[in-house]
Amino acid sequence: MVDIAFGPERGKRPDTASIQDSYLDMVRRKRMYGGILLALFIATLASGWMLADSRNAGGFWNGILNVFDFPSEVVAEAWVKRALIPALFIDHIPALIETLNIAAVATLLGGVAAMSLSLLATRGLARWPRMIPVFRRSMDALRAIPEIVIALVLIYILGGGPVPAVIAIALHTGGALGKLFSEVAENADLKPVEGLQSVGASWTQQMWLGVIPQVAPNWLSYALLRFEINVRASAILGFVGEGGIGHDLKLAMQWGQGRYDEVVAIFLLLFFAIVVIDRTSDHFRNRLVKGR
Amino acid sequence: MTASALTASPIPPSLAETVTKSFARKRLMAFAVPALILLYLAYTAVAFDLAGLAQRAKLDNAAILLSDFVTHKTHVTRDNRDGKLTVSVEGEGKGTYPPDRLPEWVITTGEVTTIDLGKGSVVTYDSDGARFVVPDYGTIDIRPDGDRLILNAPQPLPSWINVSDTRVSVTTPAGRFSYTRSKVETFRYQFGWELFFFTLDSPFSGKGPLELVGLALSGDRIDPARSNVSYMVNEVWTNKMWRHGDVVWALFETILMAFLGTMGAAIIALPLGFVAASNFNPLAPVRFGLRRVFDFIRGVDGLIWTIILSRAFGPGPMTGALAILITDTGSFGKMFSEALENIDDKQVEGVRSTGANSLLRARFGVIPQVTPVLLSQVLYYLESNTRSATVIGAIVGGGIGLLLTQAIQTQKDWEEVAYYMTLIVLMVMAMDSLSGWLRRKLIKGE
Repeated sequence: MVDIAFGPERGKRPDTASIQDSYLDMVRRKRMYGGILLALFIATLASGWMLADSRNAGGFWNGILNVFDFPSEVVAEAWVKRALIPALFIDHIPALIETLNIAAVATLLGGVAAMSLSLLATRGLARWPRMIPVFRRSMDALRAIPEIVIALVLIYILGGGPVPAVIAIALHTGGALGKLFSEVAENADLKPVEGLQSVGASWTQQMWLGVIPQVAPNWLSYALLRFEINVRASAILGFVGEGGIGHDLKLAMQWGQGRYDEVVAIFLLLFFAIVVIDRTSDHFRNRLVKGR
Repeated sequence: MTASALTASPIPPSLAETVTKSFARKRLMAFAVPALILLYLAYTAVAFDLAGLAQRAKLDNAAILLSDFVTHKTHVTRDNRDGKLTVSVEGEGKGTYPPDRLPEWVITTGEVTTIDLGKGSVVTYDSDGARFVVPDYGTIDIRPDGDRLILNAPQPLPSWINVSDTRVSVTTPAGRFSYTRSKVETFRYQFGWELFFFTLDSPFSGKGPLELVGLALSGDRIDPARSNVSYMVNEVWTNKMWRHGDVVWALFETILMAFLGTMGAAIIALPLGFVAASNFNPLAPVRFGLRRVFDFIRGVDGLIWTIILSRAFGPGPMTGALAILITDTGSFGKMFSEALENIDDKQVEGVRSTGANSLLRARFGVIPQVTPVLLSQVLYYLESNTRSATVIGAIVGGGIGLLLTQAIQTQKDWEEVAYYMTLIVLMVMAMDSLSGWLRRKLIKGE
């Protein structure tokens, strides 16, 4: 009888022993490479931490014991003055609104820029297909420049206020959203575009009526996610540069002891704003993408 | 069938009504949404005081900045009390030319110094005072007379000559000139970043590229203790104007912060992700608690963690790394636990059928499935953290972010700002392509 599982001829049966050997050999080799890579990774990480520790002003072991000193000092003082905190909330709400406005305007402007940039940089949709690499590289460049660089230079030119922060965040948003938008638009169905083309619609009309309605839910969802990120960025820019709740926080921190109740009030305000925005945007994004 | 039959084909009135209504609603939306956005933008334009911006904006600052990005200025200063002449780049002590190696456009013969600003503009300092020959205008001659300065120039005086009893200043495209009783100064603007490689006190300064290659290859050592190449490298590395060594260290520190923070967060978040995933941890209260911890960490935000940590650990790269680590532990914990909840159970069952315990099931049933997802998230964060590390560096005081903010705050070394900005963009782009390459290599196995 012929065992059909191994083919008709006895002589052609593969040697199971050698298969097992070579398999085990492969596993061993893979494990060895994996082990070497892991060891290298751990060594890099450990030496990296040691180097960072040695270049830091305070050492790690000194610091780790003091981590809670500052928060507890702040909280203790704020607890004594807890009656003042609601009033401080109200004092800082304008600054919070400014921070949120910076983020919202920057997201809007950056989103509009990203819409046109992404359509111009998508294969199959682009107005000038030869210019696609130019638009892609310009989006890369916009993404690569950190917001703080643009913001600080613009503060020097435009003076203080929220406008430098808006421009800086909007530029970065344009690049970051442009990339995501273009990935979505790549998957859009081209049939509506062709239909519009056949009736003589211009490029703008083809995009506005043929592509945008298809991609709008995903684009909106990305824009909301970006808004969350931009709220944080605008708070940080306020701390480094000028304007918004970040700036208030910096002033209160620089004052130090005696105004810790203010620090706590700003911390809480920022924390709740971020949590509320994250939650709301999460909810709407789920509805947009999954259709509730 | 005829046309009349077609038009009479029954459309239920309710459907027609719904369609018309939905059209009306859509039309309204198409106008209402842009109108609302415009209204909001108009409100913010008022709130941000756009109108006042025009007054606050200093466009001459922009001009200074743009020209400073690509040019440098050299000060030629004579102290009118002792007649001492100094020629220095940007007026800084570390950029001062030695008296025997002045640039070729400054010629001194005894008491007289001639400064050729190019295109016919020549400034002469002598014992009587100073003269500035401006082409198409004439000669501006200044003599001190007791406590006052006497100016002799073609009348009427143009607006670019500013005169008072104690000071005369002249601004021309070729350069700036100012005369006070204590000193006379000429600024010449030239294209390029001066002293980028060698400062003036270095034996290699002022030599052309061919000459430098010749020196590098020849055996005649300038400093007998070391070869010319290592001497050159050392001179560039310790350049006092541009501080290349410090800048490279700062870039390295920034990347180090991003790397340590991201990887540390991933290592901490992986086991926590298992604990927070509903298919690995049956204890609902623990899951709930851990998820709220993740939410809290993300909600508190990197800025606040950075502030708290820099109080405890002081300025430096480790503080930055820890700040990134804490913030990202929250994000990674949430994402990892979601990825773990979405795995395919079949592989885990297969491993379970061989009698594997839970650790082995996780190692051979789960990890291979989630590795691509987790790795791509970690690499994406590494990329974006390189950018954040610049900002965090500015707050905690470490890395290139600190150098950049310091250079911007002094408001004069704009060529250094341009240099740092270029380096930051290059660094971010390099990290982007590195992480893209790793992603392709590790995940798609190309």
